[in-house]
Amino acid sequence: MRRITDSASSDPSIMFVTGDLGFSVVEEFRDLLPKQFINCGVAEQAMMSMAAGIASTNKRVFAYSISNFATFRCLEQIRNDITFHGHSVCIVSVGAGASYGTLGYSHHGLEDLAIMRVLPGMRIFSPADNYETSSAIDAFLDEPGPTYLRLGRAPATQIHAGVPNISRGALEVRSGSDASILATGSVVSACLSAAESLSDSGVDVQVVSVPRIKPFPIGQILELTQGRSLITVEEHSTTGGFGSALLESLSSQRESRFVSVLGFPPEGLEVHGSQGFLNKAAGIDPSGIVKSVIDHLRAQR
Amino acid sequence: MAQLARASAVRMVASGKASHIGSSLSMIDILSVLYSGVANVSPSSINSPLRDVVIVSKGHAAAGTYAVLGHAGFFPESWFEEFCIDGGRLTGHVTAGTVPGIELSTGSLGHGLAFGSGIAISAQRDGDNRRIFVLMSDGECDEGSVWETALFAAHHKLNNLTAIIDRNGLQSFESTESTLALEPLDAKWEAFGWQVLHVDGHDHRALKEALKSPGNKPNVIVAETIKGKGVSFMEGQVAWHYKSPNDVELGGALSELDSD
Repeated sequence: MRRITDSASSDPSIMFVTGDLGFSVVEEFRDLLPKQFINCGVAEQAMMSMAAGIASTNKRVFAYSISNFATFRCLEQIRNDITFHGHSVCIVSVGAGASYGTLGYSHHGLEDLAIMRVLPGMRIFSPADNYETSSAIDAFLDEPGPTYLRLGRAPATQIHAGVPNISRGALEVRSGSDASILATGSVVSACLSAAESLSDSGVDVQVVSVPRIKPFPIGQILELTQGRSLITVEEHSTTGGFGSALLESLSSQRESRFVSVLGFPPEGLEVHGSQGFLNKAAGIDPSGIVKSVIDHLRAQR
Repeated sequence: MAQLARASAVRMVASGKASHIGSSLSMIDILSVLYSGVANVSPSSINSPLRDVVIVSKGHAAAGTYAVLGHAGFFPESWFEEFCIDGGRLTGHVTAGTVPGIELSTGSLGHGLAFGSGIAISAQRDGDNRRIFVLMSDGECDEGSVWETALFAAHHKLNNLTAIIDRNGLQSFESTESTLALEPLDAKWEAFGWQVLHVDGHDHRALKEALKSPGNKPNVIVAETIKGKGVSFMEGQVAWHYKSPNDVELGGALSELDSD
């Protein structure tokens, strides 16, 4: 949010619209830049069409809401008014994955990547930490166009030491030679913990953070992972998201790799609880990832 | 222009074997008035950042929209032959990009007013003197996003925004009143904080008067129209929401339109 506010204070053509969400997050922007701020009310469909209309007047617009409200509720407005016309709206989707755990099913954003990926012309960022987020915002401002920015809730664990160059799409955050874990979003930190535990038992895995899901950085991934087998990890359904994007890209490149896809089961979980609890149930907490990597390496042999 | 556009729209729908001629004929007068000097936009100013914006939110009235734009000089009338044919530029619901003058691709109802209010609030914030006109269908008022925007535009006093409702009284199966009653429609918009004007949607002078700059509120013009206006056997008939005229019907329609 700080990054957006800073950019907007030096550029009056940057607008911020919200669907009445962002309490304790967006007030600074509203108070500093009232002419560039609009609370559209609890009306996500109209908000997305309006965002497109504002963008059509040569502006760049951030449109903010909770993951499902910013995608499912207004999918047709995004499809027809934003992506089809190529308007420069960056949908800021907060609470992605299971980060609103105990708030329940209505607030779990576990299918958003799948529906955003399928929209022609939509660029998708799913950053792992504040540095990647900052770089994604710069990418939107430098090269405006329809963009989906998928964010978690609590400040994510810092992965990088500084702002990385997100234009490469995939970034190695730990080296390793036995296999490569590819992860997107805040689960990158769980993957790093899993890699640490694995190294204690003599398994050496690489971890690659993939903050850009579309266009999918398959070239960069193939180069970074050097023919190793791949394990994808995402806080999203295993249908249609990050792992699916990898498999589709491998297929279109006629590239053969042994792949395991970790994430939320497509039919959902039958338990309720916090983000940590749900991620554990889905097997994408550090111990679940360790177990899956070991299974993966066994199956590969 | 309206009468020429009617004949062109009927020809287009017949040659493209397309639908929605009734919806096109009911709104042609409104659109013709908008493009006859009311809206500050012309073929030479379609890319000007300060132009007025006309959005046809009832995108199914594509033949009528293209007919008016073609006769107003936005593109050659020869393009009419490309309506609804393979590889043609003119599709069955208005599509932006390849057609000069089309500001927003529509066809799914309930998008135009919200998109237009986005342009309107941007202009208001920038102090730009431009008006946004959104032509809607009455059946479109079933959509929730219309009323989301009705709240928004009134709250922000978007007096540069004018909605025109083509009140032909018919939707997909039957009348609006037997589908999902809209009346009292004027009172609904008034209650939402809009300035409401009620006019005969085929009376050019009345339309021109109603479209004059409004006061300090967003403005809605409820334009009473006849679906299929100008062709006696199409007037008020739901069937012409779907049917494409055959050769005999086309001849009949054109002779009525020419004799007027």
